[in-house]
Amino acid sequence: MSAFWSAWVTIITLAVILGCTWLLFQTRKSENYKEETDQTVGHSFDGIEEYDNPLPKWWFQMFLATVVFGLVYLVLYPGLGNFKGLLGWTSAGQWEEEMAHAEENYRPVFAKYAALSVEDLIKPENEAGLKMGQRMFANNCSLCHGTAGTGAHGFPNLTDSDWLYGGNPDTIMQTIVHGRQGAMPAWGAVLGEEGVRDVTSYVLTLSGSEADSEAAARGKTQFQALCTACHGVDGKGMQALGAPNLTDDVWLYGNSFAEIAHTIRAGRNGVMPAHKDLLSEEKIKLITAYVYSLSNQ
Amino acid sequence: MSTATEHPTYNYKVVRQFAIMTVIWGIVGMTVGVLIAAQLVWPALNFDTPWLTYGRIRPLHTNAVIFAFGGSALFATSYYVVQRTCQTRLFSDGLAAFTFWGWQVVILAAAITLPLGLTSAKEYAELEWPIDILITIVWVAYAIVFLGTVKNRKTSHIYVGNWFYMAFIITVAVLHIVNSLEIPVTMWKSYSVYPGAVDAMVQWWYGHNAVGFFLTAGFLGMMYYFVPKQAERPIYSYRLSIVHFWALIATYMWAGGHHLHYSALPDWTQSVAMVMSLILLAPSWGGMINGMMTLSGAWHKLRTDPVLRFLVVSLSFYGMSTFEGPMMSIKTVNALSHNTDWTVGHVHAGALGWVAMISVGATYHMIPRLFGKAQMWSVSLINTHFWLATVGTVLYICAMWVNGILQGLMWRAVNEDGTLTYSFVEALEASHPGYFVRWLGGMFWVLGMVLMAYNTWQTVRKNSTAPAADVAPQVA
Repeated sequence: MSAFWSAWVTIITLAVILGCTWLLFQTRKSENYKEETDQTVGHSFDGIEEYDNPLPKWWFQMFLATVVFGLVYLVLYPGLGNFKGLLGWTSAGQWEEEMAHAEENYRPVFAKYAALSVEDLIKPENEAGLKMGQRMFANNCSLCHGTAGTGAHGFPNLTDSDWLYGGNPDTIMQTIVHGRQGAMPAWGAVLGEEGVRDVTSYVLTLSGSEADSEAAARGKTQFQALCTACHGVDGKGMQALGAPNLTDDVWLYGNSFAEIAHTIRAGRNGVMPAHKDLLSEEKIKLITAYVYSLSNQ
Repeated sequence: MSTATEHPTYNYKVVRQFAIMTVIWGIVGMTVGVLIAAQLVWPALNFDTPWLTYGRIRPLHTNAVIFAFGGSALFATSYYVVQRTCQTRLFSDGLAAFTFWGWQVVILAAAITLPLGLTSAKEYAELEWPIDILITIVWVAYAIVFLGTVKNRKTSHIYVGNWFYMAFIITVAVLHIVNSLEIPVTMWKSYSVYPGAVDAMVQWWYGHNAVGFFLTAGFLGMMYYFVPKQAERPIYSYRLSIVHFWALIATYMWAGGHHLHYSALPDWTQSVAMVMSLILLAPSWGGMINGMMTLSGAWHKLRTDPVLRFLVVSLSFYGMSTFEGPMMSIKTVNALSHNTDWTVGHVHAGALGWVAMISVGATYHMIPRLFGKAQMWSVSLINTHFWLATVGTVLYICAMWVNGILQGLMWRAVNEDGTLTYSFVEALEASHPGYFVRWLGGMFWVLGMVLMAYNTWQTVRKNSTAPAADVAPQVA
């Protein structure tokens, strides 16, 4: 703040504190009695009178003590305008200090797992490390994937053997570090509503579900023209692109006719956020191990 | 040495109206409070209805208890006290009547707009701009009536109770106008003129001074009349009144920043707020001492007079919560207490223990005198009310202390690897028993207020069997 406002803040802050203190001493000095008295000051309002008692001593001292504390505090800490305080304390500085302290305390805890591979980490002797992975999963991942990692509508189940991008340790770590963008394009405008229904029927037959066979036959032609680039000719998907296998019974957005039709018509955009700037390498490795362990115990 | 013996006729009509509405709004506001407390125990109680959801009726509760119940108590007692201690009739009967009906319209407008979700989203200042304007007009009328009456006084000095009422009226006008500066975009939507952190600071300057001037200075004005009147003893120390009055109004102004510790507010603002909050302890306790010590030589009256008991216990809760407040403003304590139920408990120690208790006591003192009775219809019902209110307050505060400290500790607990030990939901689950006890405490309070309404009805109705006063009341 400018020098004017700094002076303004300083002056009125001190004026209030010192003004109260002045009034306190002034009133004490003018006391007519040093002990409790039954003399009143002489007014009467609707029959109410007021004693001329002195300020209670303990109260006077308590008042002074808070004033002294306040003034000392304002010398030590930022408060009086631009004056930084003798201790040089700032809230941002305190935060940095605490972060550094945490880093120093927790780094050794993670360091002992740094050299181990994910396969080693899921062994029983490293249970403590895996437990840490679980806790970090709870803090960072469970919001979408659930506390047990079983997923939710639009968020993959991590406990089964079905993987969109692959379930080996390196791929899982890659997913956590860099994140994923799962983009299914919207085909509604290209296919028209009837086309969407035909392709939906065909997709349902891929996993053995009941569907109108004539519509499915029409849909197959369009599927081969539009969908096979990602989902493959046989509909088994492609992990390099994160395109799901359509022939199994695992469905990210559900396998009702309406859900599948919606996926085809409007597309889907699944986002797994990148964690490389949020978590250290050691932490990501422990989370990877935990996720890996969910389907590999 | 005023020995004025002339008896001017006072305007008791407006006092009676506000006194009766104090009881009615007390029941309404606290019932809404009990409903939202119950929703936190049994969430299904919002019945999937938008206007019964917690977010909409919580501000209805706070507005109803602070401004409808507390406000009516302040209007009633200030009009009663200023006339009797100045020995003169209210400055203007017409303006006084306008403040009564204007204030009721404000409350009605709040009761309609808040459940509809119309809000400026500023805590304790949720009402939208058309209602803000009405509040301003009513408040200016109130200031004219009160200050005009003080000016017309027949006594040479101004009684200390009236200093506090004047500080309350003038400051609330300034607070309301400055914090409610907003740009209307439609009839029921406006945006604050202040940006970001400035808006937050203005809001909590208002918010904490709503506590300091509406809920403290105003009620200290009440205390300074009704405690010595009911105890029939002189005020303990005139000197103490002077020091604690000026120190209280000077330091309260600065304390609001403690609501924003460890936030985007500049460090210097937080430090100054903390220092002023600590210095505020002695001025606050000055009021408590002056009230409590007024009873010296009259303590035995507590055994037989439940009205005096209400007044004295309210002072104990006032002393307790004004000790707790400065402690909570210390940054290290605040780091634990902030955003927990501890804050809610602290507010209710003041709101139930201090504000509501003293309002109830003052109303029990006034009602018989306003309606020409020697005393309330049933003194033993007052006593039952006293115990319900005391036990209810203690249940409420203790439940929130336990919950608050539990939440603060659970939120900050970390494992050996630095991860949080508990998720938010686990802390919420652990709070469930406390929420039940808090609801129970609220139920005690509402039950007590219903007894008060019944007792009041039996006292004021035609053919009331309450003993008549020796002297007929002065008619308006």
